[in-house]
Amino acid sequence: MSELFVAKVDDLADRERRIVVEGALEIGVFRLGDEFFAWESNCPHAGGPVCQGRIMNRVNEVLDDEKRAHGYEFVEADVHIICPWHGYEFNIRTGVHPGDAETRLRGFPVTIRDGAVYVTV
Amino acid sequence: MATDDGFKRTYPEIDDWTDSRELLANARKQAEERQLDDVFIVDIDSHISDGGNWPEIMDYVEDPVIREAASAFGDGSKRGAFLNGTNGLQWQNVWGRIPHGQGLKEAVEESELSRETILARRCMDQMGLDYQVMFPNAMLFLGMHPVPEMEVHLATAYNRWLVERVLPEDQRIKAMMYLPFNNPVEAEATVKRFLGKPGVAGFLITSSRHKPVHANEYMRLYGMLEESGQVLGFHTHLNWQNEYTSQLNRFISMHAISFVLCNLVHLTNWIINGLPERFPKLKVMWIESGVAWLPFIMQRLDHEYMMRTSEAPLLKKLPSEYMRDMFYTTQPLERTNETLLAASMEAMSAETQMLFASDWPHWDFDLPATIWDLPFLDEKAKRNILGYNAARIFDLEIPEKYRALAAE
Repeated sequence: MSELFVAKVDDLADRERRIVVEGALEIGVFRLGDEFFAWESNCPHAGGPVCQGRIMNRVNEVLDDEKRAHGYEFVEADVHIICPWHGYEFNIRTGVHPGDAETRLRGFPVTIRDGAVYVTV
Repeated sequence: MATDDGFKRTYPEIDDWTDSRELLANARKQAEERQLDDVFIVDIDSHISDGGNWPEIMDYVEDPVIREAASAFGDGSKRGAFLNGTNGLQWQNVWGRIPHGQGLKEAVEESELSRETILARRCMDQMGLDYQVMFPNAMLFLGMHPVPEMEVHLATAYNRWLVERVLPEDQRIKAMMYLPFNNPVEAEATVKRFLGKPGVAGFLITSSRHKPVHANEYMRLYGMLEESGQVLGFHTHLNWQNEYTSQLNRFISMHAISFVLCNLVHLTNWIINGLPERFPKLKVMWIESGVAWLPFIMQRLDHEYMMRTSEAPLLKKLPSEYMRDMFYTTQPLERTNETLLAASMEAMSAETQMLFASDWPHWDFDLPATIWDLPFLDEKAKRNILGYNAARIFDLEIPEKYRALAAE
């Protein structure tokens, strides 16, 4: 196991990510508020560079009490990373695809020490 | 990591303008991990550059009035001149989530080469392709153009641009010539004019159109193609204006059905009207409908044919048997259910009848690894689908490094 320096905590803004590379391994490290998450940038669908994709909130469809549809809304609590190859979305906090719990990213532990972010591989 | 041409990755957030060598870096990684550079690979269907080349293509329009009129479009730039594209195409990128779905906007170096060739080389090198057959988005709608003669003007210009400008630049790039199918006489003229030109791999009908393929006016065209040993491809496309598809309120719904519906109709007409019996040596290929539709229509037609043979008197065997004599490209390979996919590919004799296609850079593109990683195919079947079936059907020259393996 080895620990890779990612960034100084203050250099990584909310909803920002850094890609760290160790040999053939590429890892995306994301900041959401004061939390940090690290996922392999290798989409389980087709191997796309998932962590280089857009960060967007999960989309929900709004239904009223009679189950009539009233369009879309973003869900602020659920932040997704979206693979730029084919659009597979993953919850940045859990690494799980919103439509299939079996489809998930490979995660790595993140450590905060002395004002810096490290990922263990 | 740097590519052979010196491109160095910077791992940015990928957007509309990202260099495709960065975007496809994982494709190169996959090729190296699987040693795919030792596998002969042909990509039957790609759509490298769309609107960007259109002003140049307009200079190849032969009618002087139409050529001059092109300047009236795009604020004088000729961009998009005369095209009848639907807004459906603009939804391919899932509202910004798949940037390349809107076409490649990346910068290319100053060069004598066309932008098309530069972008094709970037893709071929990253995916490990030996040949790539290209086709543009813009032409996919032309069969529905409200001005019928415009299909002839634009198709001829596009075919000329490919043959005179692009194909001579790189022998790895091939193209199927667009047939202006709404005008049978002009379609025949297209075959006569472009048959045998370097880089021409066959001829193609865009499937999004309302023309019955069994109409008598097309028999001479099919005869010409059969006699000359050319592949006739049917390339599917969307149609959101159709009476049925217009009820679908999401792109996902329309795309899932529309890209199959037109080929379902044309293939059914093709078989039930006995065209495989009339032109038994004509190589017919169905492009970009995926694989899942095939077992459905095989079973459906066989089931009904057994009860209604009098309506299809030219047939001498089951519809599914004729289907197994035709060819199919693999993309978009539906693979969420491996059991169904394996059964579908077996039903279609995939080892000899299926050909790999990437459809790059569209939003649902496939990679060579998509085929290579299928657990139910043996290595020979994978190699056939990835390249050797294409070499056989299109009579492509297999590079020296693969010949020993091909002879085995």
